[in-house]
Amino acid sequence: MIAVRDVRKSFGEFVALDDVSLEIPDGSLTSLLGPSGSGKSTLLRIIAGLEQPDTGTVVIHGDDATRVPPQRRGIGFVFQHYAAFKHMTVRDNVAFGMKIRKQPKDRITARVDELLEVVGLSGYQKRYPNQLSGGQRQRMALARALAVEPRVLLLDEPFGALDAKVRAELREWLRRLHDEVHVTTVLVTHDQEEAMAISDHIAVMDHGRIEQVGAPRELYDRPANRFVMGFLGPVSQVGEQLVRPHDIEISLAPGEGARQAEVTRVVHLGFEVRVELLLEASDGEARGDEPAGRGRGSVSAQITRHEAEQLELVEGGVVWVRTTGRTAVPA
Amino acid sequence: MTVDRPWRIGLRSFALGYLALLLIVPIGLVFFRTFEHGVGAVWESITTPAAVSAFWLTITVTAIAVPLNTVFGVLCALALARGRFRGKAILDAMIDLPFAISPVVVGLALILVYGRGGWLGDLPFQVIFAVPGIVLATVFISVPFVVREVTPVLREVGDDQEQAASTLGASRWQSFWRVTLPSIRWGVAYGVVLSVARCIGEFGAVSVVSGKISGETETLTLLVEKRFQNFDIAGAYAASALLAFIALGTLLAMTRINPRREDA
Repeated sequence: MIAVRDVRKSFGEFVALDDVSLEIPDGSLTSLLGPSGSGKSTLLRIIAGLEQPDTGTVVIHGDDATRVPPQRRGIGFVFQHYAAFKHMTVRDNVAFGMKIRKQPKDRITARVDELLEVVGLSGYQKRYPNQLSGGQRQRMALARALAVEPRVLLLDEPFGALDAKVRAELREWLRRLHDEVHVTTVLVTHDQEEAMAISDHIAVMDHGRIEQVGAPRELYDRPANRFVMGFLGPVSQVGEQLVRPHDIEISLAPGEGARQAEVTRVVHLGFEVRVELLLEASDGEARGDEPAGRGRGSVSAQITRHEAEQLELVEGGVVWVRTTGRTAVPA
Repeated sequence: MTVDRPWRIGLRSFALGYLALLLIVPIGLVFFRTFEHGVGAVWESITTPAAVSAFWLTITVTAIAVPLNTVFGVLCALALARGRFRGKAILDAMIDLPFAISPVVVGLALILVYGRGGWLGDLPFQVIFAVPGIVLATVFISVPFVVREVTPVLREVGDDQEQAASTLGASRWQSFWRVTLPSIRWGVAYGVVLSVARCIGEFGAVSVVSGKISGETETLTLLVEKRFQNFDIAGAYAASALLAFIALGTLLAMTRINPRREDA
């Protein structure tokens, strides 16, 4: 287990981490998710020992690692921009950590070949990093980090510099790899879809604080506050409540708790249909304290194509809406 | 960019003509004049005791100054590119002083410090009008080259690879030898070539502090000047050619020193 306790870190005036505590269970894949400047990378670098916390402790597998240099923490680190050793071949890159540890040559050769097989780079041993694509370089970097058999694998936006398609592929691949090798993994990302897709746990961060920690579904369904709710998925405001757009039910007749609304726009996005609605003001609701740039009482709902066809929605039509889902936080 | 044909030809002729007038013709003439009367005469003129002594003095001084400035230069470049400390801007500016100050002034300054009655004039060994003074002057005037070549390369490379090395268990020392140095080696090599060229070619500062004692404190450049003043034109040409050969040798050695492929 990795335990981070009461960690603070500032760079000059800027407070990067404000009293952060987090526990990462053994063998899990945990994501630190947040917008840029939320402190997620700083937290990862503190776990790695590449930064020193101003106060607080880092415990890795029961040992206080706070003052231990990165060399002796038993970690593997993968950088956003690969940090490949440009003057070394793929083989020498992957072998680096083992050579530093003065392991026997034949063992190094065997292990490098095995790892390159795992990351799908067999046959690339003699290439140089500049002869590889971005995705290949990052897989080489991952093999290099795994070569020293780290107790903890730390990844700092590992797919951030890659294009969307490669990113999605590598994400799935990393998850499968993790299921095979079971090394405790911490991944930093600003992409909520990436975090949702591969993590066992997500810690959502903002302004140097951890807002909420939990399984992806838990965070999506029961966000602790509006920041977490907004960061993990789309949000619509109905009256005093923030809800998911797919938790808004549209019907053609008034019902229990339903409010009248006018359809302003229907957008077909394939399987899903986005319906823009204008709520009728009632009983002191929707008083115009909506975020700037949005119309008074306007709401975006997400329904399926099938539902849209049954409702025969037309722009300007009048419908009744009510919220159905579990997921709601006060606006 | 596309340039009209007459323009292109004009630009090329200008560039080539400029180089020919200022570089190729004078240097070519030196070689031509040197070997005008055959190799034997040249050989005789560069194997006189004074010439041999001058040759070895130049080599010795260079062999001390260049490694010293290479080590200092790389450390200084690391400090400038990686470090955060007070007075960094001052250090950065100081590095360029030898470029800014005339070598003759450097020589005079050394005499003020190490000469008779100077701050450090009472050392147990003689500095001024002796080899240590020549070394000091040469070190001083060749300080900036390695620093100025290596600093931008270090900035460009960044410290990502060094961080990666540290997470893989490498100590600072291992990381420097295995990661930093290989990635800046071309900067270092180029800085060394420039330093060598400057060291063997230095005249002004050395001329002031050396005392020009033939066979003792006379470097090759000083020998060229003395022969020229004494109307030994052929001897001057021969010594000049020797200087040029040393420089050429350094250049060739540097381009061959690292056979590993360079990254694009």
